[in-house]
Parts: sequence; structure tokens; C-alpha cells
Amino acid sequence: MQHTSWHWRLFKGICLALISLFFLFPILWVLLMSFQTNEDILRVPPSPFFTPTLDNYRALIAGELTGAGSTLKIAYMKNIWNSFVLSACSVLLSLLLGVPAAYAFARYRFRLGENIAFTLLSFRFAPPLLVLLPLLLYFQDLGLYDTYFGLIWVYQLITLPLILWIVRGYFEDVSPDIEHAYRIDGHSWLRSFLKIAVPLARPGIAAAALLAFIFAWNNFVFALILGSSDVQPVTVGALAFITASGIQYGQIAAGLVLSVIPTFVLALVMQRYLVEGLSLGAVKG
Amino acid sequence: MADLMLNSVTKIYRPRGREAVRAVSGLDMAVGDGEIIALLGSSGCGKTSTLRMITGFEAVSEGSISLGGRRLNELRPAERNVAMAFEGYSLYPPLTVRDNVAFALLRERAPREEVVRKVAEVAELVGIADSLDRFPSTISSGQQQRASLARALIRPAALHLLDEPMSQLEPQVRAILRARIKEWLKDRGMTAVVVTHDQTDAIALADRIAVMEASRLMQFATPAELRERPANLFVASFIGEPPMNLIEAEVAVGASGPRVVAPAAGSALTLDLPQTAALPAGHRVWLGLSPRHLAVGQGPHRAEVMVNQWLGDQTHLALEIDGLPLTAVAAGMVDAVPGEVVPFAVEPRGIHLFDCAEGAAIYHGSAEAA
Ligand SMILES: Nc1ncnc2c1ncn2[C@@H]1O[C@H](COP(=O)(O)OP(=O)(O)OP(=O)(O)O)[C@@H](O)[C@H]1O
Ligand SMILES: [Mg+2]
Repeated sequence: MQHTSWHWRLFKGICLALISLFFLFPILWVLLMSFQTNEDILRVPPSPFFTPTLDNYRALIAGELTGAGSTLKIAYMKNIWNSFVLSACSVLLSLLLGVPAAYAFARYRFRLGENIAFTLLSFRFAPPLLVLLPLLLYFQDLGLYDTYFGLIWVYQLITLPLILWIVRGYFEDVSPDIEHAYRIDGHSWLRSFLKIAVPLARPGIAAAALLAFIFAWNNFVFALILGSSDVQPVTVGALAFITASGIQYGQIAAGLVLSVIPTFVLALVMQRYLVEGLSLGAVKG
Repeated sequence: MADLMLNSVTKIYRPRGREAVRAVSGLDMAVGDGEIIALLGSSGCGKTSTLRMITGFEAVSEGSISLGGRRLNELRPAERNVAMAFEGYSLYPPLTVRDNVAFALLRERAPREEVVRKVAEVAELVGIADSLDRFPSTISSGQQQRASLARALIRPAALHLLDEPMSQLEPQVRAILRARIKEWLKDRGMTAVVVTHDQTDAIALADRIAVMEASRLMQFATPAELRERPANLFVASFIGEPPMNLIEAEVAVGASGPRVVAPAAGSALTLDLPQTAALPAGHRVWLGLSPRHLAVGQGPHRAEVMVNQWLGDQTHLALEIDGLPLTAVAAGMVDAVPGEVVPFAVEPRGIHLFDCAEGAAIYHGSAEAA
């Protein structure tokens, strides 16, 4: 039954607007804050009316924080770039390792297979702080401390299990006979993996990659301990806003907005692949 | 096109954490070049497993398989030159039905017009010509099944394996389609193994039928031979519609030679066997009486009619002798109402005896007659 009368649509519209407002309010507030000076923000009572300023963004992009008379050099844009390099490279490496592994776990039964898969998952259970200190000592010995490579390696703890387990489920849903049909036509195993299995699991791979990217982007503690400001991502970089002369709320808000943009854009781009799975349909044998 | 040999092929699945499953045990089979074989058996008896070993998707646990004199065991699926229609259709979802069917030919870089012509021809054969441009997820499962069949038939492979190619189709379509498939395969001299649950399909389609049960090959013979000389109790109880009557009985010595007595029917059912049937007296047997060789109307035996069913071209009669049920089939109408006692005769060629312990056939009336 279809309710198409206008008051039903109006009612639905109002409900949707309220729900969206409720969930988006904090983000909206932060967005407003990013255009205000610290004085405007700390005004009591708070008011939605203010004269917008781009000073916060200007300060971040120039890399000079001015607060209460003193200036502080920061490398916020560099931090965003680091975040991007770390997250993107970690996800790419995890895809390279994780997708074939997920396929193997989905298709073949081998000795200790289930144990290996579970061990990889269990990396997600361990509190990172537990392993960080010993890791720091090793990293300093190996010369991996404060390098992109070292951090990307550690980030595999976050991204690899995620990709492995999500993509494995997608491979399991694709009937192996679809690949078999391709293989008896004279194609090799590798071609059937690349041409049949991977494209059919693409929505899953896209979802897993996006999630892994977000998790990597939001990571804080690994980079805090295993790198200096040269390689540190924005999560760590944001600490600089808490200065001796007070907390710069406007700059924090602007920093937040800047740091959300890359993930936001990525999610929009990936959306195409995420919904692709719905139209494909009937993959399940 | 080549002959297929299976030498004591065994498949044992070893699922993790569970008991091993013997899906196929010591299967011996020789399929001639250009022959069509049906693999007939109930669900789970190992038919699909056998095909998967031939295609190479499952390793052979024991034994060897060869095709055209070439040992297949170690070859990769791509090198075996077999075509298969899968039980689950397994069409590639992002491609249209047309592209799915043409896929193998396109890969072999066949000329464009030849591909178009062949696809049209095979689509016509299986009856999917009007859904060629649709995607697999938008057509019915019957159409998907036919598309998958077309994809297998279009290839000029050495061996065609069709796993239940008509299970989704209605009886009328099936009858037409199996005749067309047979013609297609025979015209091209293709060797084929067709898996089916359906006896009628098997009989209509195949030169020889391999009956399987619980991972073993029970008998591998022509349809006529299966009917007239079933090798064992299982085949006797499985083949035929309705299947053979099986009655516990005993061999005795009568005035004119060996005879078989069914105690369950009292003294009412005693059958004389020819002198040549060398059977020890007192031997316990299963007596098989094929329904088509029970001639109702006249004869030395008497039975009560329980059900008299005219099926339009034949009559199925449920009879009872002293509480022992028997089924008889007559070619024409039979004038008898339930409750009536009718005379009947057992034609000698309808008598079969099976060893009670092992179930192997020890006597066929039809063999004596021939
Ligand atoms: N991958 C597997 N792992 C474990 N056991 C299996 C596997 N595949 C099949 N089996 C078992 O092997 C036996 C034979 O299976 P198979 O699929 O060959 O039967 P089938 O004759 O094709 O049956 P159906 O007519 O239902 O298709 C069954 O008991 C089944 O449970
Ligand atoms: Mg099967």
C-alpha cells in the first residue's frame, strides 16, 4: 500500500529532517565554530549569530597559530598529508595481501587455516598499548622509528584483519561453480580469480577498504608513540591546539573540518561501488 | 570427442572436524567414443562428485581417469577439454545470457559471424532465443538452467558433462528438449555423461545407464538390459515405473523340477522354474516379479483386486494374495472392480531371483527365454 497523500509526505519529510538534524547537529555546530573567533565561541550564553571569519583556516594553512599574544608554528597541513599517505598506503598494502588471503580462506581448506584466520582477527582484540612499548624498542633498533614504512607496517594490525574478514565473507557468497565454469573453458586459476572472483566481490572489497581507511585515519596511539611530527597524522597533530595559553576552539573546529574532508570525499567516491552489489544480484549460487 | 575411462575411482571428502565421507567408491566405467551415458541415482549417491573429479574441481582420492587415452588425474581443469553444465547453473551475473553462452567461443577467437550463428542455433535448441539479451538474475531458474545447458553444448569439447540439465523444466518441455539434446549430441558425435534422477530422462536420452547407489555403481547397462536383467536387488527395486514386486521366497523341488514358493502368500503363489535353472533346494531368495509380466485375466493364480487404475494408456492394478501386495500393469483396460478375485498368470520371463544375503541376481526368466 502506498501513502502518497500530501500530508503523509509532509509528515515523512518533517520526521526525516528532525532525525537528520539530531544526528548532524554536532557536525553542524563544529562547522559553525570553525568560522568563529575564540571569543565568539566562549560567549555566554552561546549565540548562533556572529560575524564569520576565515582566520582559523588561514592560520592552519599558513601553519602559524596565534593565541593570546604568542605565535606557535604547527604543521597541520603536513599532518593531513601524513594521514593520507599512511591510511592510503596501509589500505593498499592490506588489499594486496588481504584479498588473495581472503580468497584462499574462503575457497580452500588447509591445515591450521582457521587458526591463522582467527589469529589475524585476534590482533584486533589486543589493546595496542600492550604491544607498543616493546615495539618502540624494536623499531628504534631496526631504524623503523619515525618512518612511513614502519607506521604502515604497524597499521596492518588495523587494516588487514578488517579487510580479510569482510572480503572473505563476500567470496564465500560467490558460488565457486561460477569460477569453475570459467576455468573449464580453458582459463587459468589466476585469471579466474582476477576476472571472476574479484569483480564479483568488488562491493565487499570497496566496503572493507573504506572502513579500513577510516579506521586507519582515526588511529592515534600508534603514531603518537612510533613517530615524530614528521610522520604523525592529524589525530596526533591536533594535540598542538592545546597550548599553554589555552585551548583554541575555533582552530580545533577548523582542523576537524579539514581532517574530515578526505574521508568524506572518499566515501562519496566509493558509494558507486558499494551500491553496485545491489544491482548485480543473484550472485549467490 | 573421445572415450572416457574410469578405473576404480574413489572420492573421499575429509571435511575438517567431521568424519570422512565416501562419496564415490571404486567406480569402474568405460564410455565409448560418441556414446551418451546417464548417471542415474538418488540424491547424495555421488553423481556430482563423479563429474567434479572428471572436470578436475575435486582431486581423485584413488584410481585414475582418462579421456581419449590421456590420463586426466594431474591435468588442470583448463587442460582437460571438457564442457559442463552445472547443477546450480553458475552463469556469470554481469554478462548477458548471450555473452555467457558465447563466452568460450569468444575466448577461442572464433570469427564473429560464426559465434553469432552458433549462439542462435543453440539458443533455438534449448528455447532461450528470446531471453538472450537479459541478465541471468532477471530470468527464471528454468531459463537459467537452459542457458547453462546452452553454454555447455556450444563448445566442441571432447566430453560433455550435464549435471541434471532438465530438473527445473516441466514434463512436456523436458520430453521435447531431451530429444533435441540427444539429436545435437549424436549429430556431432559428442561423448556425454548426463546426470539425472529421472528414469524416463535417462532411458530416453542415454545409450547406457549407470545406476549408482550410496557411492557405488550398481549396474552399467542398456535400458533394456536394466529392465530385463537387473544385476541386483537394488536395481530391481529402483528401475521401472512401477518397480518390480519383491517377495521373500524359498527354492523348493517340485514334481517337474525346481520351483519357488512364497510362504507369505500361502500356497497360492508357487512358480515352476525351468529344469535348466540350477538352484539348490531350500535356498532363501527374493522373488522379483515384473508388473508388466503379470497377465491378469486368466491363469493358475488368484488374487483380489484392491485398486484398478486406468491411466489413459495402461492399467495399474494393486492386487493382494493372502495379504501380500502385488502390482500388475496391463496394456489395455481391465474389467475388474475392487474386491473382485481375478485369475492371473506369471509369464516366465517376468521371474527374477536374487540372493537373500548379498542381493545379487541369481536367475532371470528373461535370460532363459532368450
Ligand atoms: N565438499 C564436500 N564435503 C563433504 N562432503 C561432501 C562434499 N560434497 C559432497 N559431499 C557428500 O558426498 C556425497 C555425494 O554428494 P554428491 O554431490 O556427489 O551427490 P549427488 O549424487 O550429486 O546428489 P544430488 O542428486 O542431490 O545432486 C553426499 O553424501 C554429500 O554429502
Ligand atoms: Mg548432484
